[in-house]
Amino acid sequence: MEILVCVRRVPDTSENEIELNSAGNDIERDDLVYSINEPDNYAVEEALQIVARVGGNVTVATVGGEDDEEILRREMAMGANHGVLITDEAFGGSDGKGIATILRAFVQKGSYDLILTGVQAEDGGAQVGGMLAALLDYPFASLVNSIEVLDGKKLKIGREIEGGNKEISEIDLPCVLSIQTGINEPRYVGMKGIRQVASISIPTFGVSKLGLDPSAVGEAAAKVKRVDYFIPALGKGAEILHGSREENIDKVLELVAAKGGLK
Amino acid sequence: MARIFAYIAHKGGVVDDSAFELAAAARKIDPTASPTAILAGWGADLDAACKNLSASYPEIWKIANEGLAYPNAELIRKGLTKVLPNNSIVLVAHEHFGIDLAPGLSIKLNSAFVSDVLDIAGVENASLNVVRQEFGGQVSAHVQCDISSGAVITIRPGAFKMQNGAPIHGTVIDKSADVGALTAGRRYLETVVAEAGDVDITKHNILVSIGRGIQEKENVAIAQELADALGAAVGCSRPVVDAKWMEKSRQVGSSGKTVKPKVYLACGISGAFQHLAGIKGSPFLIAINKNPKAPIFQVADVGIVDDLLEFLPELTAKVHEMRTVAAK
Repeated sequence: MEILVCVRRVPDTSENEIELNSAGNDIERDDLVYSINEPDNYAVEEALQIVARVGGNVTVATVGGEDDEEILRREMAMGANHGVLITDEAFGGSDGKGIATILRAFVQKGSYDLILTGVQAEDGGAQVGGMLAALLDYPFASLVNSIEVLDGKKLKIGREIEGGNKEISEIDLPCVLSIQTGINEPRYVGMKGIRQVASISIPTFGVSKLGLDPSAVGEAAAKVKRVDYFIPALGKGAEILHGSREENIDKVLELVAAKGGLK
Repeated sequence: MARIFAYIAHKGGVVDDSAFELAAAARKIDPTASPTAILAGWGADLDAACKNLSASYPEIWKIANEGLAYPNAELIRKGLTKVLPNNSIVLVAHEHFGIDLAPGLSIKLNSAFVSDVLDIAGVENASLNVVRQEFGGQVSAHVQCDISSGAVITIRPGAFKMQNGAPIHGTVIDKSADVGALTAGRRYLETVVAEAGDVDITKHNILVSIGRGIQEKENVAIAQELADALGAAVGCSRPVVDAKWMEKSRQVGSSGKTVKPKVYLACGISGAFQHLAGIKGSPFLIAINKNPKAPIFQVADVGIVDDLLEFLPELTAKVHEMRTVAAK
């Protein structure tokens, strides 16, 4: 099975406190730790496990710039066979549909049975996978938390729905699936693995190689634009206890006893 | 202003609460709007859902199709694409079905798409300004959306307050004939109900709930020891289940359990809305987190900025000490 996984590099919220810059028009991006978007990493692991069972290849692709090469290499160190950087000045300012349009052009240059994305990016809208599927007229499923290959033509998939229940469906290939976190346990990538793929050259694709109309992507085509970032005015917010740890512990116990009926 | 539609989810003849929230969102986009509800489904369930919605929406479009007895987003997308007028604004609840339906619908309608909207900041000509959250709720963003060729917008559950207007007598209009036969590349087979698990976290007055801040599986014991001392249960947020540190049955949130304790101790939980959606009944919420900017502090009653790996064991020791004193 030929599998394409679309990935993104994002600020890692488990490593950073996200703050506004002084102008208030963006987040403070200096000194941010970036990593692969977490659900995308689960998607790559799932692709590797499918290929281990039924054979095939895994390609990871990202729309971005030179800095994004690091996550492609990281996923190649995990075992992905190919990494592709889709990059062009004309792509800057693309909205979700713009990114999906770029990815469609890339998909049509190849031959993939299955396309995976992460369910959502930290700063995204859970949108590109569903849009890409609609542009390609492929079936789509979001929030996928299990995949079983039935034969060369279809999969049996589970989707995470309310209350921890699971919706099971059959889906025809080729299709696009957005992968939920927790579907598997992504393998660890060590420094040694990263070093082994450090010198592999990563092919790039731009507007002309993809045969894209530049006016269909980028800022000019975007119907959706982020204007600014802000920290919302809070409701009353928590009463923060500023005592010593011992005082805070006493206070918490008192509150738990009063409000929870501690026995 | 373009016509506004609200796609309404329903089950067993009962419409989802989001039906009323979508109506509130529509009125915030256009105070003069008379939003139209669209429901798809089959049989008596669909008719009952349409009927009970007619007290709140002046016009209800019904799409009845045997293939829609179970809501399949691809089929419903095809149906909606056939019946929706050009340049419509379509509102959908941002939950698992909306996430399935909405992005592809915007492509087929050739309209703009914005997801998980919390508020409407303003409308000017063909530009709609909405509020979203990013980075797990640590920051919010204003997003401008060109609605000149319509828009599909998913609305965060609970973000818009239901309004109780006087009941009206809405009309149900049957659009089924415009839709015709539908086929999809994805076919529903069955729903597997979540396993009950060893501990029922919905039955406890006090919950000690842990998030990513617990850092590793071995540390879950720290929370369990506190819970044992307090006569409480240990719950958790999604990252803890994803990492396989606790069973899915312990997860609080929209994709896990809905709990109604009296006291909720959120330990190392950032406070993503999917997690908060599982906490009902307004418990007294105490948050312990190293990050003073964690969104959980916006909703907690009391907050402590501290390292839970040190705070919780000391708290447990104090509970034991208190009980020893009380026993004497």
